[in-house]
Amino acid sequence: MKTLEELAAIRNKMKGDVTIRNEGKDKIRIVVGMATCGIAAGARPVMKTLMEEIEKRQIKNAYVTQTGCIGLCKLEPIVEVYMENGEKITYAKVDSEKAVRIINETVVNGKVINEFTVGAYEK
Amino acid sequence: MVEISLHILDVVQNSIKAEATEIEIFVNEDISKNILELKITDNGKGMSEEFVKNVTDPFVTMRKTRKVGLGLSLLKSAAELTGGSMKVSSKIGKGTVVEADFVYDSIDRMPLGDMAFTMVTLVACNPDIDFVYIHKYCGKIFEFSTKKVKEILNGVFIGEQSVLQWIEDYIVEGICELKK
Repeated sequence: MKTLEELAAIRNKMKGDVTIRNEGKDKIRIVVGMATCGIAAGARPVMKTLMEEIEKRQIKNAYVTQTGCIGLCKLEPIVEVYMENGEKITYAKVDSEKAVRIINETVVNGKVINEFTVGAYEK
Repeated sequence: MVEISLHILDVVQNSIKAEATEIEIFVNEDISKNILELKITDNGKGMSEEFVKNVTDPFVTMRKTRKVGLGLSLLKSAAELTGGSMKVSSKIGKGTVVEADFVYDSIDRMPLGDMAFTMVTLVACNPDIDFVYIHKYCGKIFEFSTKKVKEILNGVFIGEQSVLQWIEDYIVEGICELKK
């Protein structure tokens, strides 16, 4: 059973590290569309996979956050990756499998997966 | 939407957009009354009476009140499909309350679903908002509050992955315990 004592233990462990907030200009920002369209299309499991992969691979220079509807409802779930150099990649119709590849290939290796991009769907 | 917890995630987005700093999510499963009650209370900007009237009409809402969109209409139809209902009340400057009742044993009532990850998503994306989640099941109560978590964390960021993982497990186990 999870207890508040366990939470205190996590705190004590983290206190040792320099714990600053996740957000930062020098970090890769992964944004998931969380409006009605996104949620209905499956944004929550995508969010879950992204967070799990970041944790699993101990990626320190990226964080996941949310946005509203960007007007491309038919392509949801949409994941936007804002790279450290300011470049933005927009991925469409993302599922858990694609989310894993987005972390591995784009976030870790800085490679664009062309076939997942909005551009590939909007031909 | 295939789960009530997804409707909750969606409707709470309205509270976030209304600049709420405190949001309470209350779920009551009362099998003796054959009802699943849902109540979301926020301290956001609130809406005018006129606006609230439009909120429950999907077509008027879509055209006139784009800020709210389809989310509430979908929740309303999900509740009504079971024989239940939805109600929105709001005061400008005070906040908004969304209440929905589902008939518990209706074949059309979708499952509550993964409340733990709905809460984790909300906390991870909105670390500065204080969330309270209260889940009642046949009289027993489980309560989760980010304010309390933040107190214990004493400065450690609530959005840390290990903290979020603890929150998810805590809620999963808490709800499980209710149903024992």
